[in-house]
Amino acid sequence: MANKSGRSVLHISKRGALPWYAAWAIRGAAIVLALIVSGVFTAALTGLNPLGVYAAMIQGAFGTERKVWILGQNLAILLCVSLAVTPAFKMRFWNVGGEGQILIGGLATAACMILLGDKIPNWLLIIVMVVSSVLAGAIWGGIPAICKARWNTNETLFTLMMNYVATQLVAFMVIVWEVPKGAGKIGIINQNTEAGWLPQIGSYKYLLNILVVAALTVVMYFYLTRSKQGYEISVVGESERTARYVGIKVGKVIVRTMMISGGLCGLAGLLLVGGTDHTITTTIAGGRGFTAVMVAWLAKFNPFTMVFTSFLLVFLSRGASEITTIYGLNHSFGDILTGIILFFIIGSEFFINYRLSFLKNTGKGE
Amino acid sequence: MKKILSLALVLVMLLSFAACGSKSEPAAASKDVKLGFIFLHDENSTYDLNFMNAAKEACEALGLSEDQYLFRTNIPEGQECYDAACELADAGCNIIFADSFGHEDYLIQAAKEFPEVQFCHATGTKAHTEGLSNYHNAFAAIYEGRYLAGVAAGLKLNEMIEAGEFTAEEAKMGYVGAFTYAEVVSGYTSFYLGAKSVCPSVTMEVTFTGSWYDETAEKEGANKLIQNGCKLISQHADSMGAPTACETAGVPNVSYNGSTVSACPNTFIVSSRINWAPYYEYVVNCVRSGEAIAADWTGTIATGSVVLTDVNEQAAAAGTAEKIAEVKAEIEAGNIHVFDVTTFTVSGDNVKPTLTVDAEGHVTSYLADVDTDADYTGDTEVVENGYFNESAKRSAPYFDLSIDGITLLDVAF
Repeated sequence: MANKSGRSVLHISKRGALPWYAAWAIRGAAIVLALIVSGVFTAALTGLNPLGVYAAMIQGAFGTERKVWILGQNLAILLCVSLAVTPAFKMRFWNVGGEGQILIGGLATAACMILLGDKIPNWLLIIVMVVSSVLAGAIWGGIPAICKARWNTNETLFTLMMNYVATQLVAFMVIVWEVPKGAGKIGIINQNTEAGWLPQIGSYKYLLNILVVAALTVVMYFYLTRSKQGYEISVVGESERTARYVGIKVGKVIVRTMMISGGLCGLAGLLLVGGTDHTITTTIAGGRGFTAVMVAWLAKFNPFTMVFTSFLLVFLSRGASEITTIYGLNHSFGDILTGIILFFIIGSEFFINYRLSFLKNTGKGE
Repeated sequence: MKKILSLALVLVMLLSFAACGSKSEPAAASKDVKLGFIFLHDENSTYDLNFMNAAKEACEALGLSEDQYLFRTNIPEGQECYDAACELADAGCNIIFADSFGHEDYLIQAAKEFPEVQFCHATGTKAHTEGLSNYHNAFAAIYEGRYLAGVAAGLKLNEMIEAGEFTAEEAKMGYVGAFTYAEVVSGYTSFYLGAKSVCPSVTMEVTFTGSWYDETAEKEGANKLIQNGCKLISQHADSMGAPTACETAGVPNVSYNGSTVSACPNTFIVSSRINWAPYYEYVVNCVRSGEAIAADWTGTIATGSVVLTDVNEQAAAAGTAEKIAEVKAEIEAGNIHVFDVTTFTVSGDNVKPTLTVDAEGHVTSYLADVDTDADYTGDTEVVENGYFNESAKRSAPYFDLSIDGITLLDVAF
C-alpha cells in the first residue's frame, strides 16, 4: 500500500503476468528456502542430519519398485479427486464435499460387491459397480447444487454437511455387513472369489487405477479448455450476471457441473473400494476430499499442473511416513515438515502475484 | 535479513557435514531375525502403546539390535496395511506383526505373497481356517484377568454395602463397551462373574459407544451409567473418558489396558491388561529354532500374558490384593473356571437356536461362531466339562451370550 506520508518502506503492488520461467524460479526458491527452514528445524529439535532426513524421504517415495507403485497409486487417487473438484471450483462453487462423494461412491461399489457378488457374472457386476458408484457420487454432489440453483443455499455448508451424512451412512452399513458379528468391520469383500474386484493388468496391482486417472486427466483438460461446457463453467465462475446476460442457464450449469464433480469423486470411491482396498470404512477417503482442494488451487485448475501438485503432496506424505519408521519419530514430525514446505509453496504464490519493493528511506535508518 | 539467512545456511551445512558419517546401512550382517511391527496408531493410543512397549521389551530381552526391528505406526485397516507389510518384507523382515483386528485380511493377502515370511496377527480370527503355514493369530485369556478385576470390584461393592452406602439389592455396576463384539462381551461377562463370585446380589448395565476410541462418548456413557445408579464402573474402550468421568463423580473404577492411577488417584482400583511381550518372544524363539508357530496362540496368566496392575490401596477394599492372589492361584490350578456354567444362567430371548439350557437356565451346550463367516454360523461346540471353554478353539474370544443379571442398554453397535 502506498502511504502518502512517506514513512512506509515496504510497497506492495499487483504484478502483471510473470513469464513462466520467472514464476517457476520463485517457486523453486520457495522450495529451497522451505528445505533450509525444515532442515534447521529438524536439526534443532531432533539432532538428526537434515540431509539424511531428506534422503530418507526420497528413499520412502522411490526406494523400491513397490514404493514407486504405491506412490503412483496414491498420486492417482488424489489426482482423481482433485480433477473431480476442479470443475466445481472453477465455477466458484465451493465443493468441500469431496469426502462424502467419495464415500458414497465407495459405499455403492461395496453394496454391489456384497449383494450381487455371487449372483451375476463378473463383467456385468463391474459395469453395475461403475454405473452405480458414479451415479451415487453424482446424486450426492447434485443435491447441494440443486438447492443452490433453486434457493441459493450456501454450498460450502451444504456439501460439508453431506460429508457427515455420508460418513454416518457408511458407519450404519458397516454394522449391517460386519464380519464377524459385532466387530464393526467388513474386512476384504469376496476375498476368495475376488468377485467385483477390478481387473489387474499383468502383475501390476495399481496400474489400472493409474491408467484410468491418466486418461481422466487428459479428458478433463480438454473438457475445461476446449469444450462449450468448460467455457460455460469459466463464465459462470467469473460472473454469474455475465453468464445470464449471454444466455447461459446458470442453474443448469451449476447442477450439471456438480454432478460431474460428484460423479468423478464417486469414481475415486470405485477405484479405492473395487480397485485396491476391497472394503469400505468411514475413513477410506482419508481426507483426500479436502487435500484435493489444495491440489486444485495450487495448480490453478490446470489438470496437467495438478499431476505435479498432487505428486508433491503424496511425496511429502510418503516421505514423512518413511522418516517415522527409520528414525522412530512421531508421525506428527513428518506432518510438521510437510506443513513448513506447504507454507512456503503457498506463500510463494503471493510473490508471484505481487511485487514487493523496498522504498529508499531518506531519513535515519531502521 | 541477509545475515540471518546466511547464518542459517552455514548452520545447516555444518550440521549436515557433521552428521554425514552416521548413514544408516540396510541390515547387512544380521542373519538372525528381523522384525517388522505394524501399529494402527502411535504411542498416543493406550492400545497401541501397550503393544509398542511390549515390542521394545521383547526386542531387548531377545538381544536384538536397533537395526533388527522396524516400527510402522498409523497404518489404517486397509490397503495401507498390505502395502506396509510388503514393504517390511522387502526391507528384509522375516517376522511381521500387526496389532489391530481390521489388519487381518490385508495381512493374509501379504502372507500369500511372501510364503517365507512369518505373519503374526494379534486379535484376529482366521488363521485356523485360512490354512496358511506362515499366518498366525494370537490373543490372551484376558477373560481371566477381567475375572480377577471383577473380584476386586465385588469386594469394593461389599465394602460399600457394609458401610451402609446402599443395600445389597442396589449393588449395580456399569460397563462402557465399544461394540457388541465377542471380545467385549467375553470381557464384561467375565468381569461380572468375578464380581458376582464375591458379591452374589450384583447386577450390571452395559452401554456401547460404537468406537474403540471416543473420549466424549465414553465419558457420556459412564455418566449415564452413574446417573442410572451404578455404584462402580469398568470399561472396554481405549480412552480416558470413563476413568475421568468416575474420578469427577467419585465413583470407583476398574480400568483396562494399564493403570490410570495417576489421573484417578481416588477412584482407580485395579486394571487388567494383556502383555504381548511373551508372544513376541515365543515367535522369535520358534523362528530361531526352526519350529512351527502355532496357528492360534493364547497367552495365559502362566505365560505372563495376562497381568494385573498394582491395587490402589486408597480406593480398593481392604484385603483386595490378597484375595486376587488367592483366586489367581485357583484359576492357575484349574479349580476355578471363569465361565463355569453353574455360576450363570441364560433365559428368555437370549437362548439362541444354537444354545441349549437346562430347566434352571444353566448352559449345557452351545455352538459358537468360531470359524468366521458372513452369516455368523454357530459351528463349534464350546461347552466342555461343565464350563464354557473360552479361547481354546481359537485364540480370539467367542463368548457372546447374554447372561441373566446383565442388562444391555443399547445394542445398536
